[in-house]
Amino acid sequence: MIFQTFLLKYGEIGIKGKNRHLFEDALVRQVRYALKDIDGEFQVHKSQARIYVDCAGDYDSDEVIGQLRKVFGLVGICPVVRKKDEGFDQLKKDVAAFMDEMYPDKRITFKVEARRSRKTYPLNSMEINCAVGEAVLEAFPEIRVDVHKPDVLLHIEVRNEIYIYSQIIPGPGGMPVGTNGKAMLLLSGGIDSPVAGYMIAKRGVGLEATYFHAPPYTSERAKQKVVDLAKIVAEYAGPIRLNVVNFTDIQLYIYDQCPHDELTIIMRRYMMKIAEHFAGESGCLGLITGESIGQVASQTMQSLAATNEVCSLPVYRPLIGFDKQEIVEVSEKIGTYETSIQPFEDCCTIFVAKHPVTKPSIKIIKRSEEKLEEKIDELVRTAIDTVEIIEVR
Amino acid sequence: MDVYLDNSATTRAYGDVGDLVRKVMCEDFGNPSSMHYRGVDAEKYIKEAKETLAKLMKVQPKEIFFTSGGTEGDNLALIGASRANKRAGNHLITSSIEHPAILNTMRYLEEEEGFRVTYLPVDSFGRIRLEALKEALCKDTILVSVMYVNNEVGSVQPILEAASMVKAYNKNILFHVDAVQGFGKYRIYPKKLKVDMLTASGHKIHGPKGTGFLYIDEHVKIKPIVFGGEQQKNIRSGTENVPGIAGLSMAAAMIYQDLEEKVAVMRCLKAHFIEEVTKIPQTTIHGLYDETSAPHIISVGFAGIRSEVLLHALEDKGICVSSGSACASNHPAVSGVLKGIGTKKEYLDATLRFSMSEFTTPEEIDYTLDTLNELVPVLRRYTRH
Repeated sequence: MIFQTFLLKYGEIGIKGKNRHLFEDALVRQVRYALKDIDGEFQVHKSQARIYVDCAGDYDSDEVIGQLRKVFGLVGICPVVRKKDEGFDQLKKDVAAFMDEMYPDKRITFKVEARRSRKTYPLNSMEINCAVGEAVLEAFPEIRVDVHKPDVLLHIEVRNEIYIYSQIIPGPGGMPVGTNGKAMLLLSGGIDSPVAGYMIAKRGVGLEATYFHAPPYTSERAKQKVVDLAKIVAEYAGPIRLNVVNFTDIQLYIYDQCPHDELTIIMRRYMMKIAEHFAGESGCLGLITGESIGQVASQTMQSLAATNEVCSLPVYRPLIGFDKQEIVEVSEKIGTYETSIQPFEDCCTIFVAKHPVTKPSIKIIKRSEEKLEEKIDELVRTAIDTVEIIEVR
Repeated sequence: MDVYLDNSATTRAYGDVGDLVRKVMCEDFGNPSSMHYRGVDAEKYIKEAKETLAKLMKVQPKEIFFTSGGTEGDNLALIGASRANKRAGNHLITSSIEHPAILNTMRYLEEEEGFRVTYLPVDSFGRIRLEALKEALCKDTILVSVMYVNNEVGSVQPILEAASMVKAYNKNILFHVDAVQGFGKYRIYPKKLKVDMLTASGHKIHGPKGTGFLYIDEHVKIKPIVFGGEQQKNIRSGTENVPGIAGLSMAAAMIYQDLEEKVAVMRCLKAHFIEEVTKIPQTTIHGLYDETSAPHIISVGFAGIRSEVLLHALEDKGICVSSGSACASNHPAVSGVLKGIGTKKEYLDATLRFSMSEFTTPEEIDYTLDTLNELVPVLRRYTRH
């Protein structure tokens, strides 16, 4: 079936009081952004707490829906058949044709829900309900009416033109990106961090990301994998600036100076520090990690406390209470899973000790870090100065 | 300095080959099956290519069949000949260190088509054991497939001895050779070697990718594995890749020009490389490294360094090599070939393959040696626990 318009419903942002227009404008902007690179011409406009996308040109409805399903803030997407008003008899024919094509199996119940925003229309809403319902019943004797729990809620909206729709495709929910500032995602090549980024972006937060690579211990392909992941997350979150930090020298220095079972914790502390530096530079209001309590040695409560201790910005860990399987489910849903499981080594695992500490004490870790005093500041500065920035969109 | 030592993965095409491919693609673009003059012109390239290759191998032009490369050649030889001869028996023999194009095809025939396959073990130098071949032969054997040069360690298989043994046992058993790494490094004469089928690939001899050929002795019964317009005597349907075929044939002619001198240079470089690289402590050379091994492949183990790490460290200095075999090294499974030749554990995940071509220079080899001397001790300091 060919749809000419998509009616977009948004939930939460409808109740934001006087800021409402800000959220709506952001949502319109995000919808336009989502449709920017696909075939077709799209008019996005808001009216009466709804957003309409009028389509023209050589567009593909499924592709449009696919893109809209990535726009945070939308709770429902209704594909609409838009008809010129050519009298009520024509409307009855159009509605019958609509029902026929949408529901090949006619053993259904339905109810008509009319809405008349053009008040000059000769029939009022109740009259439209009755007349259209009658027309459908006449055309398809198997169809029955059920006003309490209909299988199909058939919407007729009388605007300048007439909108017919019955389907509500769920949107991703959340809030439009850009309405809640920006945060810095620590992005590795794994399963968790892209999901963490997705979840924070879903609350309207724009993303930047930092990736640590360690050539020659990690390969160019591992870096490409991270770019690919950022690209998938950017389909939801909008453009992401990716900071690629060369971490090799810092890692080797820690390896030389500190006890090997503390390597991962100390390394992660420096990662947080460097990510926080970039966050501060670009006005991010928090850090995001994919940590979940107890998943690995560096994510025990003690380890989290030890890595958290170096940051002054809040660290958001949206997966903190998730099991691995739950994270995998989201990553499959958003499409990052297949990229995440490509087998390239990331810099967290290359020197990992057989038995890393699981209950680090901040005091002991700090004492170990004293052994880094001679060169670490310079190494961190070099890592920051030589950052490679990739604009992912 | 840019150093390319991954010529067993693929080679740079000769410039003249590139020019010819472009000319055929853009100017002499006819379909060889067309009846008009453009078709006739295109067909000429194919005819000439067959003649060139046939002459190089002392076989008949009609025994050359063009394919999309080594993998397709191996598939056609094994699947096509097994199916065509299954009334004579259902037993196939190959070695345990073949390229995946052979091993996975054999596995398919075993699992899906009911053939029985014997995988011959190899000695510590990566050569098949002839006694094992003798033992494996039986009245049901219809096909034996052994590679000419192993792609990972460069061992050269005793093809003449093996084929002679097979033919003495039963002259009807077919003998196939995967010569993807040997063609262009050795003068290979299938009739003298008593070989019935032989696979070669274009991009390993400075020709275009997506090209190759299968030599099939005129007496061999074989069935097609792809179906279509019945080109190439219905053995390999599909419009011929005329530009590729022209390029492949030119590359073959060029690589065999002054072959002996080129090979002598490679041997010299190889000997020098081995002499120097083994001065680095805890290194080992896999397979044989005298004149009985391939002139262009050197497989070196560096204990204590994961091959991927050393590979990327070399890459950083402009040197391209591969770990294990490039075709298989996208997934981090440990090489079956290295296991097969009984490689010690510390070298299994710590081996690089350096493979040369006629373009390799002494300067490149020396630069690579200097770089290894510099990198290996540094990388060994940092290891996983």
